[in-house]
Amino acid sequence: MSTTVSPPAQGSRRRRSGNTDRGFNRVFRWIAVGAGATILAVLAAVALFLVSEAWPAIMASPEELAEGVPRYPEDTSLLAYLGPLIYGTILAAVLALFLAVPISMGIALFISHYAPRRLSQLLGALVDLLAAIPSVIYGLWGFFTLAPVLTPIWMWLNDNLGWIPLWGGNASPTGRSMATVGVVLAIMILPIITAVSREVFLQTPKLHEEAALALGATRWEVVKTAVLPFGRSGVISASMLGLGRALGETMAVLMILSPGFTYSLDILAAGQHQTIAAYIAADFPESTGLGVNTLIAAGLALFVITLAVNMAARWVVARRKDFSGAN
Amino acid sequence: MAQRIDTKDLNIYYGDFLAVQDVNMTIEPKSVTALIGPSGCGKSTFLRTLNRMHEVIPGARVEGRVEMDGVDLYGPNVDPVAVRKNVGMVFQRPNPFPTMSIRDNVLAGVKLNNKRISKAEADDLVESSLHGANLWNEVKDRLDKPGSGLSGGQQQRLCIARAIAIKPQVLLMDEPCSALDPISTIAIEDLIGELKQEYTIVIVTHNMQQAARVSDRTGFFNIAGTGKPGKLIEMDDTATIFSAPAEKATEDYVSGRFG
Repeated sequence: MSTTVSPPAQGSRRRRSGNTDRGFNRVFRWIAVGAGATILAVLAAVALFLVSEAWPAIMASPEELAEGVPRYPEDTSLLAYLGPLIYGTILAAVLALFLAVPISMGIALFISHYAPRRLSQLLGALVDLLAAIPSVIYGLWGFFTLAPVLTPIWMWLNDNLGWIPLWGGNASPTGRSMATVGVVLAIMILPIITAVSREVFLQTPKLHEEAALALGATRWEVVKTAVLPFGRSGVISASMLGLGRALGETMAVLMILSPGFTYSLDILAAGQHQTIAAYIAADFPESTGLGVNTLIAAGLALFVITLAVNMAARWVVARRKDFSGAN
Repeated sequence: MAQRIDTKDLNIYYGDFLAVQDVNMTIEPKSVTALIGPSGCGKSTFLRTLNRMHEVIPGARVEGRVEMDGVDLYGPNVDPVAVRKNVGMVFQRPNPFPTMSIRDNVLAGVKLNNKRISKAEADDLVESSLHGANLWNEVKDRLDKPGSGLSGGQQQRLCIARAIAIKPQVLLMDEPCSALDPISTIAIEDLIGELKQEYTIVIVTHNMQQAARVSDRTGFFNIAGTGKPGKLIEMDDTATIFSAPAEKATEDYVSGRFG
């Protein structure tokens, strides 16, 4: 996507247009500029708040932190303390994305290119409905329904494929593990990824699809040669939207995950991981002073991660601009 | 390399709407057949039934027979995908795959069949196909650049190269020059003259001079009015159609009195 700045109307052009038109034109311009500026202002305000409130925690020595923050381990720098949280956050989001993207693309392709029209409308509405379920409901459902259902599967993976690092360790008998969180998060981000991907796939130029068909492509080959390459950047954007939601998701993680502060890969075990958002929500009610600053420092880390992810996504999309369908 | 096509009592529908009625036509191998007629008369629709592209539109269907060397393309055991490999198509607007390089565009049809070809074979095929489309000299130094970076006329020739790379029997062209400038148009017309040595070519065109220049035989389609089906009015040698047509409607059309 490129931003085009249209040259401001000046001189003769402005004189030519009528008075009333010019009046509203100016008003509209200010509305547009104001709306654009608001987003910058809000972003700047949030960033400023995060940095200024996190500052005391960033500057504090490990001794001060150990004294002022509940359950803070001795002789640990702030970065070492937040490290496992950052790791847990990224792990949860990556797991969710890993599960959700293939399924979402499958659903989006089915809706856009395979299903009969009636069915595809129904399915589209159902997917949107998934997005309307509040995250606290997902949390309850994950805790009471999904975890017990998944536990035998996790146990089986642990018993039979435990030699693969991800599935090693002691599998949790309650299912309150990162694996379950990943599944719930995947379901939560499914609608947004599906909806955006579907729109992109539907916009594949008919010309390109027909070009593939005329070369003797099967339906799958049409998808492979025309639809997927065209939708590539759209799917990446959709995934980033989903990733953003997974990174920041609080309630479902808080309710399902049994927390821990390690760099463990054992996603089937309980008490290993915690995410930043769930950590802030869990500890905020009982924090004061430096404790709050530490939480906000964690929030700052989340902010930076999200920013980095979005920039990386833009870079990926821009890198193959020449080959995108836009020219 | 080239095959003869016969259509018998071909009726073409969009849902319940009869778009083209009772077409009986013979298309000779290794020749250029032009289809002319006013807009909406069904000539493009007819063209798309020859490689079974018509039926990809929801509700679209065909009655009657389209025989290629005696085999009905709409027979019960015929796979439309196989038909389309045998009958290449070039569209009104150039449509190279934008995400692929020039080289990959030429190879797109070959790769679809999941055929493994060695790099040397692929290089040969790219070169011969681009030579066949009179494009090789213009693009040989930038085969890895995107196909969408070429000019319109070059893109259209790239699409022709892509179509002939899979070695079809028949090449269908749906107004291939309507989006091109005159110089590119001449290039394509010259190319059509060369391609008919090897392929059966059917071209739909709005440009009667073009039909007169490139084709051996010409079919004139007409429509009685909006909502009525299009029909094949007359088909004959191009010279006859443009000098002494049998039907009054054909004469009116080719002499520019309507359409």
